[in-house]
Amino acid sequence: MSDMQIRPLTLNFGPQHPAAHGVLRLVLEMDGEVIERADPHVGLLHRGTEKLIEHKTYLQALPYFDRLDYVSPMNQEHAWALAIEKALHIDVPERAKYIRVLYCEIGRILNHLLNLTTFAIDVGAMTPLLWGFEEREHLMEFYERASGARLHAAYFRPGGVHQDLPDGLTDDILSWTETFPSFIDDLETLLTNNRIFKQRTVDIGVLTTEEALNLGMSGPVLRSTGMAWDLRKSQPYDVYDKMDFDIPIGKTGDCYARYLVRVEEMRQSLKIIRQAITDMPEGPVLAENNKVTPPRRGDMKQSMEALIHHFKLYTEGFHVPAGDSYTAVEAPKGEFGVYLVADGTNKPYRARLRGPGYYFMAAVDYMSRGHMLADSVAIIGSLDIVFGEIDR
Amino acid sequence: MPNLSAYIPEADALSSFAGRLQILLNGNDCELVNERHELVIRVPLDNLRDVLTKFRDDSTVALNQLTDVTAVDYPERPKRYDVVYQMLSVNFNQRVRVITSVNESDLIPSVVDLFASANWAEREVWDMFGLFFAGHPDLRRLLTDYGFEGHPLRKDFPLTGYVEVRYDDTERRVLYEPVQLTQEFRDFDFLSPWEGVQASMPDLTDEDSSDQAEAN
Repeated sequence: MSDMQIRPLTLNFGPQHPAAHGVLRLVLEMDGEVIERADPHVGLLHRGTEKLIEHKTYLQALPYFDRLDYVSPMNQEHAWALAIEKALHIDVPERAKYIRVLYCEIGRILNHLLNLTTFAIDVGAMTPLLWGFEEREHLMEFYERASGARLHAAYFRPGGVHQDLPDGLTDDILSWTETFPSFIDDLETLLTNNRIFKQRTVDIGVLTTEEALNLGMSGPVLRSTGMAWDLRKSQPYDVYDKMDFDIPIGKTGDCYARYLVRVEEMRQSLKIIRQAITDMPEGPVLAENNKVTPPRRGDMKQSMEALIHHFKLYTEGFHVPAGDSYTAVEAPKGEFGVYLVADGTNKPYRARLRGPGYYFMAAVDYMSRGHMLADSVAIIGSLDIVFGEIDR
Repeated sequence: MPNLSAYIPEADALSSFAGRLQILLNGNDCELVNERHELVIRVPLDNLRDVLTKFRDDSTVALNQLTDVTAVDYPERPKRYDVVYQMLSVNFNQRVRVITSVNESDLIPSVVDLFASANWAEREVWDMFGLFFAGHPDLRRLLTDYGFEGHPLRKDFPLTGYVEVRYDDTERRVLYEPVQLTQEFRDFDFLSPWEGVQASMPDLTDEDSSDQAEAN
């Protein structure tokens, strides 16, 4: 009998599959129902953000950051704003720092709500999605009241935030933080002890801390392996060093641990939101430096100089001194970094956007080997994949 | 310096970490600088793997995560590309940036066996800049289209690209056609013409030259 060459079955997963979280084309080599190799084909949402940024002024580049991870837009604007402030050596008014922290945490809850609920629907639970999107609607309303846009906010600017918060908004956010914990409890009654959910997630896609570090993991995925690493604590920016919050860690590093970490992170974010609102001082929200930040609208009616500054800023923009820097923030998914190379002109020479999801996606092959086909769906869901930031 | 909202590492911890890196780097022909509170190391290409291996394995620095690999294109330099490795030590809470300069014909040693995170990062550098990583297990294009030609993040690649695609109803397939812009591509550089002229003209604000002007 001659040797038989058995060719593994190749299965195309996506790009139109609802569990592919957008535009993932996953080519799976299967042995029966066991995955031997997963080859993600990404780039279907590639828009050339890094190239486009090289051709825009620093301020014009900012809205591109909303469109990376479009589930938590302000967190990424934050990285860009911090990178520019670092290069220009400008400080931000205290109130703006609190507003930024407040909106970063709202963004974190927005992100986790989307991830947890779509993760649940991936493994078969439909109700969390319907409940969770109602809560997300409240949060996007807060986005809209501050910035005028539900999703693509362009609210954080180099030197602060674009506008002060409207009257009554902080009170509404505070009263929302009173009702939201009961939602988290409800969500947990649906999932945390749910037998089906646990069977789909416990011991699936296990990572150890060493593996996670080696694979470039960050954020909740790294923390679920038991590593208490959070840039908000270890490398605090804005006023995170004044906030009192805990870093939840998982013990098992599986899909279920990642779910638990995110649920607890939502509770911690609520804590930060309350502190940010109660401690928020009065004052300006944008640095008083008209070579970088635009003058107030009222000044422009009276002052010729303000008008000239406005014109120069919105045509030429500001020049950033030559040099390179790497700035990272703890986005809801993990470490979002900006490697900014400036050449002294009004446009970035090169901006590298390091999205956390990119490395999660790269690890899907490693994590899903030896698992069943259905487990790959749970793994992708638990990694919090959004293609905006992976494909850029 | 002003109080920055971005994170700035403590100066003492940073300099003692830099000292430990310097000990490891001895004899590797490397240059370590502290640039805007960030540690930047320029490494010759031949020593790159050595240095990254030492950084990862030595417990006094323990740079255990390769956060990112990318490249920067400087067309005017003899060694045109900088390949940039961002490293992070979670034990010491320090970041290091390792930079090596290469040409497009150079073979860059892949570090995928040292850091699994380099896998896709190197693929992307290959895709976007056309820099070849020797020893990479699977160096295919990643983000660009199937059958794409060129390396988009090179400075000589036009922003609009070379081809555009559309679905053709009669042929029932996607067609690739050369880019046709309906209006001229506008790219304003905003470099001030006055500053440029000033450099090539005698400096009239200077005291000597104004004296001369009076004398004449």
